Amino acid sequence: MKSIAKLALGGVIAAGLVAGPTLAGDNMKTAKLASYKVVDDIAIPEPLAGKKGDPARGEKLFVARKKGNCLACHKVEQLKQHLFHGEIGPELSDVASNMTPAEMRLRLVDPKIVNPETIMPSFHKVKGLHRVMKKFKGKPVLSAQEIEDIIAFVQTLKMPKQAKK
Amino acid sequence: MTRKGNKSMGAMGGLAALAGAAGLLLSGLLIANQAAAKSKYEVDGRKSGYHYSNPETNEMQDDDFLNPGMLWVQRGIALWSKVDGAAGKSCASCHGDDARKTMRGVFTVYPKLNKKTGKLENIEQRINRCRVENMKAKPWKWESGELLSMTTFIGFLSRGLPMNVKVDGEVKPFFEKGKAEYFKRRGQLDMACKHCHIDNPGKRIRADLLSEGRAGQAFPLYRLKWQKIGSLHRRFRGCNKQVRAKPYKPGAEEYVNLELYVKWRSRGLPVEVPAVRR
Ligand code: HEC
Ligand code: HEC
Ligand code: HEC
Repeated sequence: MKSIAKLALGGVIAAGLVAGPTLAGDNMKTAKLASYKVVDDIAIPEPLAGKKGDPARGEKLFVARKKGNCLACHKVEQLKQHLFHGEIGPELSDVASNMTPAEMRLRLVDPKIVNPETIMPSFHKVKGLHRVMKKFKGKPVLSAQEIEDIIAFVQTLKMPKQAKK
Repeated sequence: MTRKGNKSMGAMGGLAALAGAAGLLLSGLLIANQAAAKSKYEVDGRKSGYHYSNPETNEMQDDDFLNPGMLWVQRGIALWSKVDGAAGKSCASCHGDDARKTMRGVFTVYPKLNKKTGKLENIEQRINRCRVENMKAKPWKWESGELLSMTTFIGFLSRGLPMNVKVDGEVKPFFEKGKAEYFKRRGQLDMACKHCHIDNPGKRIRADLLSEGRAGQAFPLYRLKWQKIGSLHRRFRGCNKQVRAKPYKPGAEEYVNLELYVKWRSRGLPVEVPAVRR
């Protein structure tokens, strides 16, 4: 599956470089975008910018409305102390049993590569967006470190076998 | 003002016999009354936001004495006969004292083509055109108390009539642009209107239950969050901002086109101005 390292169109963005002519003059901001390599259109095997994720920070970012806000769309049994879990995406309580960190990374960085129609935001992307509010322009929703933190947390989401529905 | 007919006494009597506890009785009443209203607010499977709203706000909407939006209707009535502008006229000078006779149904067909300018014009803009051209008065500002009151009053005069905007012929290009806006991803969160209101109605996004966004027949409406009446364009701005997209100005061409598409999605649904939402 991961034998051929295929570069998805636009999937490789060199850190610190201007990503395209449309972003000229914006390179100070786009410098925050990490480079990555998409494999087989389903995974990004290497941690972004070589960062190591911290699950405790990841949990906070997962919940925070102005950061991941993942609960807006996903139910997570392990986070039931937080009110209001959304129903737009699948429940993630056992997602680590079925998905590798590499697959989760692409899911977060740019899920449109997996499913062009998805509602799920691309959390580490600045190109090809339309009418972004000024204060968010040229900035990804989550930094490389934040993506890795969330992956580290999501990796902990497993249900004991008997509790599975 | 009279109370609306959907407070059915029959349903009340039947339920009263069944329900023991007072709390149960009350919620039972709300649900029985609103079941009748709900069937009214659904046409060919197209459901008004009323269906996705909660029983408490629907109760406020259904009862003219509880509906806070009625205050803007009252203000609209007062403005109707108020003389303003260099021509020394009021709306009533030309459209008659009884607006019910001349303005019923008007709300259901806007936005409409302005033949003179060749542009699409919504009801707010039509009202302001009369102020400028016929009254020689200043146009009312967007989202001002006056413009909201008059728009709400004119909407209210069509209450119960089906929405019926024209989208073919000369209007077609505007309709197509509005539709394209609806399907265009935008903002840092990269979502289109359709991702929430076509793909996911009936599901919760955090605490909010997503509706079909069919509210062309409901705006201007009273939002508890706003503590006042607001226009459809104000709602568009809110929906743009929550995906971190730059909103347009109220009254912008893009929004008038989008309004036509949104009102077409409400086709056949009875006007509920002033509706009440959370
Ligand atoms: C606006 C809604 C929305 C938000 C916000 C959202 N997601 Fe998703 N997510 C979805 C949907 C819908 C899917 C289903 C797959 C698809 O649409 O392609 C999904 C799929 C996933 C999957 C794959 C699950 C599987 O079983 O295949 C993971 C993992 C995931 N999301 C994680 C996250 C994380 C972590 C966040 C927060 C950083 C997040 N999502 C934010 C809507 C959302
Ligand atoms: C991230 C999801 C999301 C997106 C994208 C979105 N909206 Fe909404 N919208 C909501 C929520 C939540 C509400 C309040 C609950 C409801 O009525 O759905 C709402 C309400 C509305 C309403 C009022 C419905 C009523 O009956 O009161 C309209 C009209 C509307 N949206 C139009 C739009 C338009 C037009 C767009 C695109 C420019 C858009 N929305 C994009 C989430 C969204
Ligand atoms: C000097 C006369 C005059 C005054 C004053 C006037 N109007 Fe008009 N209005 C007209 C004429 C003429 C038309 C076009 C009638 C037609 O198209 O059949 C019109 C059309 C309208 C329409 C569109 C009707 C439709 O069927 O599409 C609305 C709405 C309207 N006026 C509202 C108002 C309001 C509100 C006021 C007061 C703020 C006002 N008008 C003041 C003369 C006037």
